[in-house]
Amino acid sequence: MLDLNKRIKMENTIYTISIYTENNIGLLNRISSIFLQRHINIESLTASNSEIENVTRLIIVVDSTEDRIKKIIGQIEKQVEVIKAYYHTNAESIYLQSALFKIKSNLLFEKRQIQNIIKKSNAQIVTVTPEFFVIEKSGRKEEIDKLYKQILPYGIMQFVRSGRISVTKEEMKISEMLKEQLN
Amino acid sequence: METITKPATPKGEPKQKMKKLTVKNISGAEAVVQSLLSEGVDLMYGYPGGANMPIYDVLYNYQKELHHVLTRHEQGAIHAAQGFARTSGKVGVCMATSGPGATNLITGLADAMIDSTPLVCITGQVASNLLGSDAFQETDIISMSTPVTKWNFQITKAEEIAEVFAKAFYIAISGRPGPVLIDITKDAQFENIDFHYKKCTKIRSYHPIPKVDMNQIKAAATLINSAKKPFILFGQGVILGNAEEEFKALIEKAQIPSASTLLGLSALPSQHKLNMGMVGMHGHYAPNVLTNDCDLLISVGMRFDDRVTGNLESYAKQAKVIHFDIDPSEIGKNVSVDVPVLGDVKETLAVILPSIEKKNHDNWIKKFYDLYQIEQKEVINGQLNPAQEKLTMGEVMDSINKETNGEAIIATDVGQHQMFAGRYANFKNSKSLVTSGGLGTMGFGLPAAIGAKMGAPDKEVVVIIGDGGFQMTIQELGTILQTKVPVKIVVLNNEFLGMVRQWQELFFDKRYASTVMTNPDFVKIVEGYGIKANRVTKREDLTGAVSALISSKESCFLEVVVEKKGLVFPMVPSGASVSDVRLK
Repeated sequence: MLDLNKRIKMENTIYTISIYTENNIGLLNRISSIFLQRHINIESLTASNSEIENVTRLIIVVDSTEDRIKKIIGQIEKQVEVIKAYYHTNAESIYLQSALFKIKSNLLFEKRQIQNIIKKSNAQIVTVTPEFFVIEKSGRKEEIDKLYKQILPYGIMQFVRSGRISVTKEEMKISEMLKEQLN
Repeated sequence: METITKPATPKGEPKQKMKKLTVKNISGAEAVVQSLLSEGVDLMYGYPGGANMPIYDVLYNYQKELHHVLTRHEQGAIHAAQGFARTSGKVGVCMATSGPGATNLITGLADAMIDSTPLVCITGQVASNLLGSDAFQETDIISMSTPVTKWNFQITKAEEIAEVFAKAFYIAISGRPGPVLIDITKDAQFENIDFHYKKCTKIRSYHPIPKVDMNQIKAAATLINSAKKPFILFGQGVILGNAEEEFKALIEKAQIPSASTLLGLSALPSQHKLNMGMVGMHGHYAPNVLTNDCDLLISVGMRFDDRVTGNLESYAKQAKVIHFDIDPSEIGKNVSVDVPVLGDVKETLAVILPSIEKKNHDNWIKKFYDLYQIEQKEVINGQLNPAQEKLTMGEVMDSINKETNGEAIIATDVGQHQMFAGRYANFKNSKSLVTSGGLGTMGFGLPAAIGAKMGAPDKEVVVIIGDGGFQMTIQELGTILQTKVPVKIVVLNNEFLGMVRQWQELFFDKRYASTVMTNPDFVKIVEGYGIKANRVTKREDLTGAVSALISSKESCFLEVVVEKKGLVFPMVPSGASVSDVRLK
């Protein structure tokens, strides 16, 4: 049993699933139930509009095997309102996440270290008020985690990190595909 | 485009004209009915309630054009719609109210989803301003039905009705068919609109039929032509694709022995000399054993269900695999495939035929016949000519075969009797078996048979049910009473939940936990519903009773008391390889 678990674990990789869909009220539920039925945890999920008018793009990050991901892509593409779904490894895509840190303002002046941390980590101060200030950091998850650890000892009032957003290195021919289908 | 002003009915309108229909200032409820009429629906099943009453009120005006069958439970309505769809090849339609009415459809939706049955199911919903308020009989049926529908949609405005219905019918029947659910809020049913109906023929994000790829065809033809021991597994895809003739032409030209999945039964006549029977857990001996001997396994419109494959680690590992299917997500899902052939099987089988060489595989075919002899000796003889006093399920099926001459549609419930029906029924025509395959829904048989008979009124419909499953939807006898649909009902009574009991005997030390049934007097109950009923316990009475059942012009019921501890064999035990199929 132990061996088997080890083997499966070793095969797991982070995959970014990219889905182009019609903008439909129930679709997110339909997509997430595909993962639920197979007992696969979604690491992050982001929905936004895409480069094509009225077409939504979902970015879903999962840690799984390629074999399972392929089958999931098949199930996703089978949904009536899904135009196309792809999966990519980290190496095949450009991706990042954003995080916001809300911190007490006095720390900015009393603890000079914080200013250095912000500068070195390429984070931005987006708001300053007498009570608090907010810094924003975009980047890889590890970079955000590192910044979090550095700031944590000073006290964080609020923290939030977004899901992954990603674009692929290869071309996505969705517009052509849609044109072809309508002809 | 023609215009009809309210309250004119489209009675007698030719169907072509119906395709583009405009009706001014009608209610959403009327729009629902007009949509159904525009799709050529003349029969539906359902159950009224608070949230669909406006639609029922409109149906009252259209009783001649759109016959509504009132079942005794919403589960009965959806299984009847499934039975209708399976024998007619059309979309089955059913309707329920919100809340419990809607949730009672879930089992049927799951069944239709896994068995690819085209349905359009309509549910009423509380008014849109009450959504999310936990209103009376409110339930989030869209969320609940999502994993068990091919598509679903909640209508909150009457103006959405025409487009959503057109899409629903197109999605339900195109490509790999499946169930669609439309939830309509009550205010949308009352709202008045001008109604325009246009049939849906295209959805930009939806590609129901993959284009035929000639490279796949060539690769498959090469493998087929060079195979020494080819073997075909065919499933319901052949029936759903209306590809029975194309399929027969292929196997006859290349002389390929073929076996069916449970749902593929009747796609090829049972007596065809290349039909080697059924595969799977309780399938025939030869096709199970020789799955692990063939050099080429060709699957046509089937999905390698675990009940078909047994242990995947030892399934046909020696063979190359070709998979014909309309659904790309089925390719490689359970069994890795060397050559996929995507497309509608009616098309792909026709396209590949000219590249297939005429062949003779007599020695290979003989292997199937030889193994069949073993099965006949070890299993079939004991069923058909039993030494024991008690009747067997196999001999009841044999008796029905003799009386119907293989021309009847056989509907079944789920369990041992279902496997006996699959193994022993003789089918001459396609679409002749109506059974719950993937989901294994007990209670399916009786309501499905009602729909099956309405979908094929010229055919004899005989439903085989166990004493357990019969009591899950026994109330549908009331639907038979009211509609007078002449369904022939056979209950094989062993006073056990037989299939579970079989597993308890074989794998649970004969500990018969909760499988013993204390049954009511079925004959009395059925007679209470005004249906002729008979009970047989002795062999000498069987033929006469079956003959009376089949020759009856009205619905008729026959209870056959069979041996209590009968077992279905052959059997591939759970987790075993198909070639380790047991004969006893």
